[in-house]
Amino acid sequence: MTDTAAAATPTKASSDIILSATEITKSFGGVHALKGASIQMRRGEITALIGDNGAGKSTLVRCLSGVHRPDSGTIRLDGEDVTFETPNLARKHGIETVHQNLALVEELTVWQNFFLGREITRGFGPFRTLDRKQMKATASTQLGNLAVNAPPVSNRVRRLSGGQRQAVAIARAAGYGSKIVIMDEPTAALGVQETARVEKVINTLRDSGVAVLLISHNFEQVMRLSNHVWVMRGGLAVAERRTTETSGDELVALITGAKAA
Amino acid sequence: MSTVVDNARQLSFWAEHAAPIGLVVLVIVFSILSPTFLTLGNIRAMLVAAAILVVLAIAQAFVITTGGIDLSIAATMTFGAICFGLAWQAGLGFWLAALVALVAAGAIGLINGLLIAKGKVTDFIATLGTLGVATGLSLIVSDGKPITVNSTELLTLTTGSIGIFGFPIILAAIIGVLAWWVMFRTRFGLHVQAVGGNEESSVANGIAVAKVRIAVYLISAGLAGVAAILLVARVGAAEPAINTGFLLNSIAAVVLGGVSLTGGRARIGGPIIGALLLTALANGLTLLGVSQFYQPLAVGLVVVLAALLTRYQKK
Repeated sequence: MTDTAAAATPTKASSDIILSATEITKSFGGVHALKGASIQMRRGEITALIGDNGAGKSTLVRCLSGVHRPDSGTIRLDGEDVTFETPNLARKHGIETVHQNLALVEELTVWQNFFLGREITRGFGPFRTLDRKQMKATASTQLGNLAVNAPPVSNRVRRLSGGQRQAVAIARAAGYGSKIVIMDEPTAALGVQETARVEKVINTLRDSGVAVLLISHNFEQVMRLSNHVWVMRGGLAVAERRTTETSGDELVALITGAKAA
Repeated sequence: MSTVVDNARQLSFWAEHAAPIGLVVLVIVFSILSPTFLTLGNIRAMLVAAAILVVLAIAQAFVITTGGIDLSIAATMTFGAICFGLAWQAGLGFWLAALVALVAAGAIGLINGLLIAKGKVTDFIATLGTLGVATGLSLIVSDGKPITVNSTELLTLTTGSIGIFGFPIILAAIIGVLAWWVMFRTRFGLHVQAVGGNEESSVANGIAVAKVRIAVYLISAGLAGVAAILLVARVGAAEPAINTGFLLNSIAAVVLGGVSLTGGRARIGGPIIGALLLTALANGLTLLGVSQFYQPLAVGLVVVLAALLTRYQKK
């Protein structure tokens, strides 16, 4: 798709593992949401995380993005053990999350949303002003690199379609030199065309070298997009498959437990 | 079908520009009905009279942009005025007395901000409470009596002018430009709009929502302190009066200016024009010899009409 695609295409060596979560446990009161789940993500790949409701996907993702702290287990990011107290700290380590609600402010423009909380300013002391030109230009370039139907950055988010909003949220997550972007059901609320566009955005993001963790209930989408699939059941990651070596039917069987890992 | 769309377009145009259109209509109507309305003397008087409301409307605009409301704004102004009067009476001089007024008003704002941002009290209830507190304190510390202030600085403030622009309206204009710059050109202003637009998303993006909320109530109260000095200058005394009119008009000016009470959409110019419109309305009715009793009625009608129009604002 782009020139960088060939250069960034990964080999399958184990050194390509950018994130490995090992034996993660997390309980809420008496409920053991995670009972020692382990997953790995490779550089430049889309890793899918699937499982039935209550399998522990969301809890695992929240542990990775700093929302929850695991009770035990280790998270190894790019060769070093890390712990995140808050989502902001996870972000500082290069893990961005695109939440289902997208965390956009509808009344603000695209570029304002793009830089919300990390605005570029110039001047000094109390006279710092927003560097609007720079922020508009940067947002425009980064959005344009990812999405074909990128909306003008001076548009209010309120006026964008669902797919465009998703593209803005993804571009924002990718825009800070992030190593890993976690996406929670990125196309759940979208129509067929918009879904295709967003999937293109996700592919472009992968081609640019970012590791994507995709949570999806849509098996066709998982088969279309991902390179590797992790299946969760009962608080554990029970199986992993290369996407090319599995089928939708097998994934369903793994999720329900009809087929043992 | 297309006529419906056209209508909506027209309505949205009226809704977007309710304040300037209303102001122009009022000026035309009043200048036809009263020959004195558009004289330089009357324009000068109107602008000076509008200064206090302009400052209060700007203050209220910051709070309303975050989706809050400051019901204590006029009571805070009164409290600031009384503190100014007492400080001046105690011989502190104009500048120190002005500082006392700002600090006293700011204290009320800090209480508002802490109650709302930290105490999670609804803005309506919190500021209704401080409205009572500030009004009561003003009555208590002044013993219910006006404090006459004969400061030369205040006299200069009321009588001085550049052309037809008196010092009070020049001060209000400077505050307006500053407020516009803060709201639309600084990181803080962007965060004010973000918090009003979507608090949850603001938190997710690392914005210190509580700090922003405290800050807007501090700004509101600080500007009420400035308005307090203008008020003392105009009246020539600090009166423990209950200035309900200023409270209602400050909210009315913001609504006329096209700012939604649900927050998220900031405007500074609109509320300023709204304040000018309300002042022109009162002035015109007075010139026409309409009884004072009809003025709240007229203001009420204008505000309800503007609020109806804002439903048709462009999304």
